[in-house]
Amino acid sequence: MTFLNHLINGISLGSVFAIIALGYTMVYGIAKMLNFAHGDVIMIGAYVSFCVTSYLNLPVIAAVVISMLVCTVLGIVIERLAYKPLRDASSLAVLITAIGVSYFLQNAALILWGSNPKIFSSVVAGLPTLSLADGRLVISSEAIITILACIIIMIALSLFTAKTKAGKAMRAVSEDKGAARLMGINVNFTISITFAIGSALAAVAGVLLCSAYPTLSPTTGAMPGIKAFTAAVFGGIGSIPGAMLGGILIGIIEIFAKAYISTKISDAIVFAVLIIVLLVKPEGLLGRKVREKV
Amino acid sequence: MSMLKVEDINVYYGSIHAVRGVTFEVNEGEIVTLIGANGAGKSTTLNTVSGLLQSKSGNIEFLGQNLHGIPAHKIVSLGLTQVPEGRRIFAEMTVEENLTLGAYTRPSSEVADSIEDVFERFPRLKERRRQLAGTLSGGEQQMLAMGRALMSKPKLLMLDEPSMGLAPILVSQIFDIIRELNKAGTTILLVEQNARMALSIAHRAYVLETGSVALSGTGAELMASDKVREAYLGG
Repeated sequence: MTFLNHLINGISLGSVFAIIALGYTMVYGIAKMLNFAHGDVIMIGAYVSFCVTSYLNLPVIAAVVISMLVCTVLGIVIERLAYKPLRDASSLAVLITAIGVSYFLQNAALILWGSNPKIFSSVVAGLPTLSLADGRLVISSEAIITILACIIIMIALSLFTAKTKAGKAMRAVSEDKGAARLMGINVNFTISITFAIGSALAAVAGVLLCSAYPTLSPTTGAMPGIKAFTAAVFGGIGSIPGAMLGGILIGIIEIFAKAYISTKISDAIVFAVLIIVLLVKPEGLLGRKVREKV
Repeated sequence: MSMLKVEDINVYYGSIHAVRGVTFEVNEGEIVTLIGANGAGKSTTLNTVSGLLQSKSGNIEFLGQNLHGIPAHKIVSLGLTQVPEGRRIFAEMTVEENLTLGAYTRPSSEVADSIEDVFERFPRLKERRRQLAGTLSGGEQQMLAMGRALMSKPKLLMLDEPSMGLAPILVSQIFDIIRELNKAGTTILLVEQNARMALSIAHRAYVLETGSVALSGTGAELMASDKVREAYLGG
């Protein structure tokens, strides 16, 4: 039963990683850049949610919605101001800019909210814990909500990319920007939509993450951001199902490593597994082999 | 009536002056071809007309409208569509999805009918409608690229090297289709390295050499010209 408990906790943590990883992988797929500021958008999302519930005393659902709206706008603004002017620049310049944006967001949070950690009140507080098998299997309401949110997001996003006009345009831009423009697709607008979706998901991830681990500080997003990036690479960067699979696996590996090996080196084990997978399958679990143009 | 008017355009790739003062026009109902060797500036000219590249100077007018500064994705809805060099179909998407994307600028209620029209012209695509485009043969991919462009209902269709990499039998098939499309009312601007084929169907032609127009005339005139025979038709 403890095994099952750990597994569920792992899937729950992994669901958060998966939701964050989607933002990384979608932006990479469309704009071919690694948005290292993505983790910090999570942190901003969590702070916004914190402010709405603590200072404005609005219900949690309002907190989630407002936090998603703020992050959506933030994502679009970051792309327009920081990344769009570098559309034709080297990928190294874009990468460095992304790291700069990451520090900018962390320091902005430091000025706005101070360095003292805030205690985040869970958005699912009050919901009962699920207790099975005479109390030997306990599933927290946070875990249930997180896993459910992850499943809903996965289904919604798959339908969006497969069926809608904007989703198809997104796939077209991801494959060939020039050809997409010749179809009449506005590439800049499509990139904005991608950042908007990724950032809205980051807000959801921030709220879920801080509900499960309630200390909120300006660097809260950094480590989950890195791990979700790892998850995206693990699953095959650019692939949406890959990000989901990679996220959930990284979550399970982390929790199992903590439970059965050592809490101290659990992060090292996560990254060791990543290295081994990349040695065997460099394109990631579900990634496609990159065809080199000759 | 002149449909497309290109006047004295100059296009640069960084410091390379790729197109030097090219002037030509395409009249409604015509097949016009730009021929020339590799690197003569044919594709660059086409990419500038479609808005993928911007000219440094000169003027491009389509149906009386100046195209300068209009982004590529807006030019499509004016009725000017390009089939790019190397086909550039969306390999990871199905044949049907590729065609749907071709109609991106049109209301979605009209898409289904247009797909049927394309399937009528290219029955092979209908057989393979649910297949990923990347699994098609070269000839089928060219048909898909053309079908996809037709989905936007272009008044002027620009084709960049449609014969590239195709077996001779497929090449003549593709050129038959181009002629049929033209008969059905689509004006064609064709860029080709296969000068013989291109001149045989073109009403008028321009020869590009190192970024400038070296010669122009009707297809038959250029076919008979000694200079063209020597340089492009193998003597």
